[in-house]
Amino acid sequence: MDAIILQLLNGLDKGSAYALIALGLTLIFGTLGVVNFAHGALFMIGAFCAVTLSKLFNISYETVDPTRKDFLGNPLKIKEPYLEHWFGHDLGATLIDWAVPLAILFSIPIMIAVGFIMERGLIKHFYKRPHADQILVTFGLAIVLQELIKHYYGANPLPTPAPAALTGSFDFGALIGFDPNVVIYPYWRLVYFAFAAVVIGAVFAFLQFTTFGMVVRAGMADRETVGLLGINIDKRFTIMFGIAAAVAGMAGVMYAPINSPNYHMGMDFLVLSFVVVVVGGMGSLPGAVAAGFLLGILESFASMNEIKSLLPGIDQIIIYLVAIIILLTRPRGLMGRKGVMEE
Amino acid sequence: MSNKFTRRGVLKTGAGAGAGLALPTIFTGNVWAAAHSGYTNAPQGSSVTLGFNVPQTGPYADEGADELRAFQLAVEHLNGEGDGGMISTFSSKTLQGNGIMGKKVEFVTGDTQTKSDAARASAKSMIEKDGAIMISGGSSSGVAVAVQGLCQEAGVIFMAGLTHSNDTTGKDKKANGFRHFFNAYMSGAALAPVLEKLYGKDRAAYHLTADYTWGWTQQESIQAATEAIGWKTINNVLTPLAQTDFSSYIAPVLNSGADVLVLNHYGGNMVNSLTNAVQFGLREKQVNGKNFEIVVPLYSELMAKGAGKNIAGIVGSQNWDWKLEDEGTKAFVQSFGTKYGFPPSQAAQTCYAQTLLYADAVERAKSFNPCAVAEALEGYEFDGLGNGKTLYRAEDHQCFKDVLVVRGAENPQDEFHLVEIVEVTPVGQVTYAPDHPMFAGGALGSCNPGA
Repeated sequence: MDAIILQLLNGLDKGSAYALIALGLTLIFGTLGVVNFAHGALFMIGAFCAVTLSKLFNISYETVDPTRKDFLGNPLKIKEPYLEHWFGHDLGATLIDWAVPLAILFSIPIMIAVGFIMERGLIKHFYKRPHADQILVTFGLAIVLQELIKHYYGANPLPTPAPAALTGSFDFGALIGFDPNVVIYPYWRLVYFAFAAVVIGAVFAFLQFTTFGMVVRAGMADRETVGLLGINIDKRFTIMFGIAAAVAGMAGVMYAPINSPNYHMGMDFLVLSFVVVVVGGMGSLPGAVAAGFLLGILESFASMNEIKSLLPGIDQIIIYLVAIIILLTRPRGLMGRKGVMEE
Repeated sequence: MSNKFTRRGVLKTGAGAGAGLALPTIFTGNVWAAAHSGYTNAPQGSSVTLGFNVPQTGPYADEGADELRAFQLAVEHLNGEGDGGMISTFSSKTLQGNGIMGKKVEFVTGDTQTKSDAARASAKSMIEKDGAIMISGGSSSGVAVAVQGLCQEAGVIFMAGLTHSNDTTGKDKKANGFRHFFNAYMSGAALAPVLEKLYGKDRAAYHLTADYTWGWTQQESIQAATEAIGWKTINNVLTPLAQTDFSSYIAPVLNSGADVLVLNHYGGNMVNSLTNAVQFGLREKQVNGKNFEIVVPLYSELMAKGAGKNIAGIVGSQNWDWKLEDEGTKAFVQSFGTKYGFPPSQAAQTCYAQTLLYADAVERAKSFNPCAVAEALEGYEFDGLGNGKTLYRAEDHQCFKDVLVVRGAENPQDEFHLVEIVEVTPVGQVTYAPDHPMFAGGALGSCNPGA
């Protein structure tokens, strides 16, 4: 039983990342009709926002300690971050420690700007082109972005830890009657799940309860009619692209402590996220979220030794197997709408 | 692909391509042989070209960049530039800083991308188009085995870079291939006594293993070595090479009864699996009345950097470390550090050493003929290249030397001191018979000069 609960938590956690990325993908597809293969790169850029802020906070001045030597035998240069110099050791160290959560604020304007530049600078020229062209150009863009990141940050993963207060594990089992330390789960992964739930809820609330959201939903349903009413739907859709980029970016920021960011992490998530979108139903926001969590949970259960002993290798194919089964039984995905990507 | 693009190179390329079209196979035939004095790419003129095949793109690009730095340094030193590095500490005194056999050393580079097919293609291009007479470098056993096979067919010497699978000098060994780096068996043999000393004999280990050639041989080696000291093996779970989040594989470890987790992972896999294991509180966990421990059999400085503080206290093994205090290491670190501003990695050291060893073998053989070079390397004993007394064993072309057991530093003084040396395991303890079962199944064959 403890193994099942642990894998359920893992599944919810993985599903959070899939759902956040798939949500942004669906927003872009639903509003602009663009299949954006650069969306994984936005997730990666978000993670590197956390890396960048952490590096900025750690910019240091050097003092020389003549009593110690560096690897070449020269007097050792000791680095002290400016933040600790300016704000005192305690406050400076706290700011550095909390760089990842603070990077959310740092990432939002950056990601909106990146999204805006991507949409206005490149993607808008492909609105009327076939989906294959859109996939090719956005995939190319993703490669360019990841190579740029690799050029400046290197290929090696960069450790970006969570605040010390949120490292370690929470004894989840003790809450539900298990012996101590039987079902423990990392604090930060629980934070990630809660964060994903808040962001997903906020996006849905924004679309559901604001006038802007209502117009966007109307535009997603019938772009032409909304345009005939004199509403500049293109402008709103561009803003939605920026919002989708910000969602992907924030997902990346919060993911940075889970796995050290590297330039390739966007690609690692991209294919899975597209499967999530297709399984959920192209253009369906609730479908993307539901499929994200469903596939995350199934993937985690498929990694259990008991399952793998019955079906060797199932952990590597489960997502695609489920996708095939769902698409065979429900060709439009779990919550897909008629007419989307069917012309 | 190449950093050399000259009129002569273009003409040679054209001639090579023409010959290739005229022949059913590029590496055989009288025309090819006659044009190259009895062996592939015999140096014509006053220079000789070496081919450095390293990952310049992909996940091991940083390690590849360090290998390339070491190769460049080695070429400089061979040509008499710079401070000479380990040439002055090398026990053989044939290298005089006048190139190799008086010919200036030039080099071309290829990008393995850490993919076997891409690595073979880039090596082939360097041999056929650029006239490389020796290929070296690489950061993966899959790539090393693939390129070694190509070099055997082509008739050039392959001086392997970072490759740790038993198979490279085991079932996939080749007469034209030579490995300076240590292997998975040696890691197990070096680690087991230290693990016994640190954690005792009564331990239960759970293995997570990367599902490819290196992972399999690493797991087999460390399991055999730890079972020999009395440890039990609870489980061995193969993980996909492309896996990034290992939480689903770590969770079953928690209540498996194991009190040691062995991560047979390298590179990004290792960084992520170790980070995930630490997140799940395994370092603080108590099982069977003992502290839970994590072991990473193969370490690298770049992996330690990627894992950050999670590496603290984790035990593993290395081929070499810049903090060793022998004269060879000091000379190399001084030379590399002065030029690049940071200490060299173990991948850099093995590539530098391989280049010098190749050059020295040519000088001693008085020929670039790969069969003469191979003969000079076989059974060769040397010292002064950072690893103490070393033997290039004739039977399998594997170097035998001391192995380092290392541990992640708790409070590193800077980014260069992430690991500390726990023990230098003497070569006798990691030596095995050429027909050891873990290395069985292949034959060295005979040297191919390519003509």
